[in-house]
Amino acid sequence: MTVPRTTVTLTVDEETVTDRISDRTLLVHYLREVRGRTGVKAGCDSATCGACTVLLDGTAVKSCTVLAVQADGHAVTTVAGLAAPGELHPVAVQFRRHHAAQCGFCTPGFLLAAVGLLARTRDLTGADVRRELAGNLCRCTGYQGIVEAVLAAAAEREPR
Amino acid sequence: VIPAPFRYRRAASVAAAVHLLADDPGAVLLAGGQSLLPLLTSRARTPATLVDIGGLDALRYTGLDGATLVIGAATRHAELAAAAVVRAHAPLLARAAGLVGDAQIRARGTLGGSLAFGSPAADLPVAALALGARAVLTGPDGRRVAELADLAVARTEVLVELRVPVPVDPRWSYQRFSLRTPGWPVVAVAVVGCLSPRVALGAMGPRPLRAAAVERALAAGASGAAAAAAAAEGTDPPDDLAASAAYRRHLARVLTARALAEVGR
Repeated sequence: MTVPRTTVTLTVDEETVTDRISDRTLLVHYLREVRGRTGVKAGCDSATCGACTVLLDGTAVKSCTVLAVQADGHAVTTVAGLAAPGELHPVAVQFRRHHAAQCGFCTPGFLLAAVGLLARTRDLTGADVRRELAGNLCRCTGYQGIVEAVLAAAAEREPR
Repeated sequence: VIPAPFRYRRAASVAAAVHLLADDPGAVLLAGGQSLLPLLTSRARTPATLVDIGGLDALRYTGLDGATLVIGAATRHAELAAAAVVRAHAPLLARAAGLVGDAQIRARGTLGGSLAFGSPAADLPVAALALGARAVLTGPDGRRVAELADLAVARTEVLVELRVPVPVDPRWSYQRFSLRTPGWPVVAVAVVGCLSPRVALGAMGPRPLRAAAVERALAAGASGAAAAAAAAEGTDPPDDLAASAAYRRHLARVLTARALAEVGR
């Protein structure tokens, strides 16, 4: 059978793009294979590990559990869009400072989940960070450095 | 894995979705996709067509209609957990919404999807059942209101709204036991009211159910501890990797006792 296809127009890291994709394409695969955003990691493909987390209109979602066609008309931010080339997002600076990464596979997902969390909350506690980032798994470092990094990023941001 | 091929249709309205479903026997509804998409990627389900209602903002609302809390079916779990009107009038539902999956899943998953999908262990159907909520459905033959206890959503129907009577007695409790966080409850117990409590059980059968024996004992004046001993009566809990059926019966009794203690029985 022919695979149904749809033309989508969306924003990926602030660039407006139009692509013709098969309806069944997951957002994670579209971003990696069509848009070259290999910082979006395909981990479990079952909404468990969080490595594929991106921002969809500013909200952290798991891109293995969103169809690319559902992003039509919306804005996606991947780890590549968090800062200009050669620069680090403030949350990434804190990840480096607090040794919040080891192999790095989970790190893009954690960064985007953390950026999404910081955008919608304030006065975060360590327990809040652990609860709200519970959808992201790290198999190397444990979570202490990650929690400290997110709390440090929260503490240094401008008061709203 | 990559899902089997399907056609994606975005519905512009509930009426359009009903038409699309009626016209295509291979079509199924897609809302937040947090339950359905993993089944597509594992190819446990291979529908010919997906009809997407997740973008219908007309189905994203919370409000009061007299003494009834009304909630649009496309309301996200995170929205439900945060909505002031829900937290004020049905805090049990807000609590349950905040326990679903993880933050990313709560940002996408919808109330209607959770109710229509009908996982026996899902948090929201148990909470809604204890609250005596009703679902409003729209289909080719028009609109109907259904009790949650025997909710069966036809393939051509769209669940559009949940109607929750604001409890007269505000006391409530939600007890769940899970093997990890985030994680599905192995057993969940929701209680609403103290004098004549409604008690609902999750993961104790193929769908959430009322603990009828417990409610009868409480209505007859039994203490919470005594009534909770009957929590596993009339249940058919699954025996699976998370827990044996016998352990689930034990959990049902323990969690029901804790819930009834919390509401003051």
